[in-house]
Formats: sequence, structure tokens, C-alpha cells
Amino acid sequence: MSVSQMEEVVRLEQVKRHYHVGDEMVHALDGVSFSIKKGGYWAIMGQSGSGKSTMLNILGCLDRPSSGAYWLNGVNVAEMDDNELSDHRLKNLGFIFQSFHLIPQLTVRENIEVPLLYLGLPAHERSAKANELAERVGMAHRLKHLPTELSGGQRQRVAVARALANDPAVLLADEPTGNLDTTTSVQIMGLFQELHEQGKTVIIVTHEPDIANYAKSRIVLKDGRVATITEATI
Amino acid sequence: MSQLFYVWPFVRLGLADVWRHKTRSFLTMLGMVFGVASVIAMLAVGEGASQQALESIKRLGSQNILLSSEKPPESSGSGAGRSKLSMYGLLYEDERRIRETVPEVLLTVPARMVRRNTRFSDRQMELRVVETEPTWFDVVDRPLLAGRVLRTHDREANANVCVLTELGVRRLLAAEEMVGQLIRIGSGTFEVVGVVKNAEGGAVQAPDSEADVYIPISTGKKLFGDTTIRYTTDGHPEGERIELGQIIVKMSRTEAVEAGSKAIEAMLARFHKRKDYKINVPLTLLREAERTKKTFNVVLGAIAGISLLVGGIGIMNIMLASVTERTKEIGIRRAIGARKSRIVVQFLINTCVLSIGGGGLGILLGVAIPMVITLTTDMPTVIQPYSLVLAFGISAGIGILFGLYPAMRAASLDPIEALRHE
Repeated sequence: MSVSQMEEVVRLEQVKRHYHVGDEMVHALDGVSFSIKKGGYWAIMGQSGSGKSTMLNILGCLDRPSSGAYWLNGVNVAEMDDNELSDHRLKNLGFIFQSFHLIPQLTVRENIEVPLLYLGLPAHERSAKANELAERVGMAHRLKHLPTELSGGQRQRVAVARALANDPAVLLADEPTGNLDTTTSVQIMGLFQELHEQGKTVIIVTHEPDIANYAKSRIVLKDGRVATITEATI
Repeated sequence: MSQLFYVWPFVRLGLADVWRHKTRSFLTMLGMVFGVASVIAMLAVGEGASQQALESIKRLGSQNILLSSEKPPESSGSGAGRSKLSMYGLLYEDERRIRETVPEVLLTVPARMVRRNTRFSDRQMELRVVETEPTWFDVVDRPLLAGRVLRTHDREANANVCVLTELGVRRLLAAEEMVGQLIRIGSGTFEVVGVVKNAEGGAVQAPDSEADVYIPISTGKKLFGDTTIRYTTDGHPEGERIELGQIIVKMSRTEAVEAGSKAIEAMLARFHKRKDYKINVPLTLLREAERTKKTFNVVLGAIAGISLLVGGIGIMNIMLASVTERTKEIGIRRAIGARKSRIVVQFLINTCVLSIGGGGLGILLGVAIPMVITLTTDMPTVIQPYSLVLAFGISAGIGILFGLYPAMRAASLDPIEALRHE
């Protein structure tokens, strides 16, 4: 028990999240519990309205549960204030978004350096790290380009490099291939596979079964609750 | 700790942002440019004018008290059309009393001023003649241009020597070297022994600044006496008897000037039935001029403050637009893990780039304007180094002050909402 808890990167206990919409109370998440071990490769699935987006926001420390507990890397996020949440994201999370979310006026290098900047690394260390990360995602030849000069697949590679910059406990991807064609999607999923093989904990939130199939384990959400959990035996 | 290498990328980002919206940034900066430029230029013009005024007052001597005779208000009913002799003004007796009874008086210099017909070769002119002691040149700053000033010996010998001022020379239309020449003043012939500079004109006219020629007072008394006869406009002769036109009292130290002038005023009031004298204290004039300058600076500060305020509001307006434009970027940065304070810092830096950029251009313009003014007009201008520092500080301050609200608004955006923003 204690050994497995040590290995747990993510642990949710009875997480609830409700909003007030007018007079009505919407239960986006209604008591979700699961845990994810270090090195796991997970897909979180569900139809729209299943609580998937809320789940993503909570897992990504952008939002806090209304009740329940969420441990990320051993710390309960539910009790954090805004600054602590920000610091927690900075140190433990790597975000990958459907529409890449690169900062348009920054070059590829500068985009990769953003988390390093907030982590307080001096310029030469930032530069070295950015080179290394770009190399890792196969974008070393595009460091001086602006995002608008890149294809969708290239942008997503840059986004992955940026997400890896802080060496996060969890890589959290939101429909990472939603804006990509099939060929590019396969390439990006290949990149995730590589990262998984290198020991990264990867969580992909998606509604596409094809994409979810790349993951080893799976959680299906329905009406704000966990419908099924399939965990791969490692 | 690591704040310094953290700030620089944002400065670069701010500069890049300014560059990307060149026209918009330039127009926004204009408010700051004119605000800062007007502060520097107005301070330079004001300082130039006040330094000139202070200089002319200082020439009168800050240790001096100037007493001058003044025609008292006419006592009524003295029959128009009749010739009359009016007697008024300061007396040798006054001078003696001041010298002997007022504490800390270093010396007193009497002077008489009369307009007299003067001739040099074939040219004739009415010049303003000051009959005075040689010590006059010790108490009043009048740089010597040629020859010498009056000496004790001249007075003792009742010598017929005179010192011309530059203006006096010009009035006589004398082109040649005047020292050693003979000129005729009234009924006497005088040798010109020296030429001195005139008092600088300025805001404050020195009572003696109109002098054209100086002669020893003893010589004047011997030749012309104490009475001058003038003819009034309707042809009647009118005599004036003024013993002394002016007494300059030099105190031993500046601190004694105020008390001295009060004592003198009290004494004169006791011995003169009518107020036929005037007291001028250059030190008081100096203080007044300095007070005027302070008032001027306050008015200037208010005007500058308003223009900088307007400039600042312009910058704030643009920054608010920029926050809306960059909502998504803010969301991305927050998602990556930027604290609210870091978003605030980023936007403050951005505003400061605008305001300091505007301030910098304003400094250039503000230095150029006084130069042009001095070149095209004769007005002296003095660019104060502190005004440049002040202008720079103010523009940075405006950046922070007016950047704060847009920056806080940027930071308070909900990251989830911001990320969704298109």
C-alpha cells in the first residue's frame, strides 16, 4: 500500500465540482475517485457534457474541486491559494492543448523558454535547455521561426517541447490531435509513445477512441462520474 | 533573487510590442513627449530669466542698502505758474547719522544725480551725471573696461576727472579711445580717466543703472552747488534743491542687512517730515525674486502635471486595449504557471517601455527647444540637469501609476476563460 502510494502521481478522492447556472446547480463532477501511478499512460474519455473539460481543468490545477481531495505529486491541490496553484502548475505540470496555444509574437525558442523564465533560470541555461528540448521533439532547425511560419504538426511539437521544459510530473494533453490531419496525428501520438517509453506520466483527454487506443489505461466519464476504469498491468 | 535576468526578456518583449504597433505606440507616446518636453523647456526658460534677474540684483550688492531721494507728493495749492524752489531728499546729515549710529555699517557712499549738458569735440548731449565718492566703486560691482575708476586723491584734489560708462561713451557717439580725452560737463572740463561697464538690464532696474558718467562729488559740489534749475513745460523756472540723490549703505555682513534697513527706515522717518526718500534692499529684492521663482515653479509644475496626466491616461487607454488583445497570451502564461504578480510585472514593464520611451523623446525635444529659443531670440535659457532626471523619473512613475490598473486587470483574468478567448 505505502509503496503504491509513493508511486502515485495523481490521486482523486470523491472530487466534486458544481457551478451555479442561474438558479440551477450543475454538477459537472459528482464524486470522482481514481489514482494514476508514475509512468502511466492514460486516456480520459467521455462525451461532451460528461465532465471531461472540468476534469481537465482540475487535473491541470486551473480549477479547484468544490469538495473532495486531489493530490498531485503528493500535495493536496484542493487547499491551495492562487499563487500556490500557479507554482504547482509551473513545477509539476506540462500542458498540451488542442490549438497548440503558442504565444504568436514569440519565436519557437522563446516559446520553449517561457516556463524556464518563470522558473528563474539564467539566460544561458534557458538557451541550452531550449536547444535540448527542440532537439528532442525534432524542431531544432526551427528555433528562430515564429509559430505562424510552422505547420500544425510542427506547432504541436513545439508545444510538447514547452510542456517538457519544467520536467513535469504529469504531461496533460487536451485533444492533442484535434486540429491535425491523420498523418500528423500519428506522428504526434508517436512522440507521446516515445515520452511514455522514457518514463513520463502522460494523460490524454480526448473523445476520439482512435487516440485513446494509444494509451495503455483508460477512464471513461459519464454524467460527472467514472463509468469505467481500465488499468494496464505493468 | 533572480529578478534581473527575469525582467530583461519582458523589456525586449515590450520593445517588440511597441515596434509591432509603431503608429499606435508613437501616437500614445506623444502625450508623454510633449509633457516632458514642456517641463524641461519651461524650466530652462524660467531659470534663464530668473538667473538674469538675480544676477542684476546681485550686482547691486547683497550687503547693500540703497537709499534714494524721491520727490514727495505735491503739497496742494502752491499757486500754479509761479516759480518755486522745492527742497527735498536725503541729506549729508542723514548719511552721517547712519554711519555713526546704525550698528554694523561698514561704509556709506553718497551720490548726486543730475542731468547735464555734455560736450565732446563737436557733439553735444544731455548726459546723466553721478557725483559720488570713489568708494562707490567698492560697493557696486561695475567691471572696469579701460583706464581706472575714481580715486581718493581725485576727491581730495577736487580734480576734474570723470569715469564714463559704456553707454555714456555710446551716447557721445565717441568711436575712439576715450581714456585721456577731455569732455565738457556743464561749465567744467573733465578728463576721462576710465570706462566701466553698465549695469545689466533686467527685471530689476538698479537706481544707478542709468548713469552715464561719474565725477567726484567734491568737484561737483564746487562747480555746480546743490541746486539745479529746471524749466517746467510752461516756461517757468523751477528749482530743485537735493543735497544727496542717493546713499549706498554697505553693511559688514549680509545677515545685518535686514536689521540695518529697519533701523535706517526708523531713523529717516523720525527726521524727515515728508516721505521724500525710498529704501531699496537688494537682498529683499533677491528674496522676492526667489519667491517669485518658486511661485513660477509651482504654476509650471501644475501645468506639467496636467499634461503628464493626460499623457498617462492615453497610455492607460492603449494598455487596456492591449490587455484585451492579449487575453489568450495571458491565459497561456497563467496555465504554464505564471503567478498573477508576474503578469502584473510584464504589463507594467510594457507600459514603462511606452512611457519611458515617450519620456526619452520628450527629453530630446525639451533640450532642443531652449536651444532654438536662445538662438532665435536673445532670451537666455538654462537647462537644469535635475530637470532631465526629474522628467525621466516622472515618465517612469507615470508608466507604473497608469500601467497598474491595466496590469491588474490582465492578472485578474480567469485563466480558463482567457484560454478560451478568441
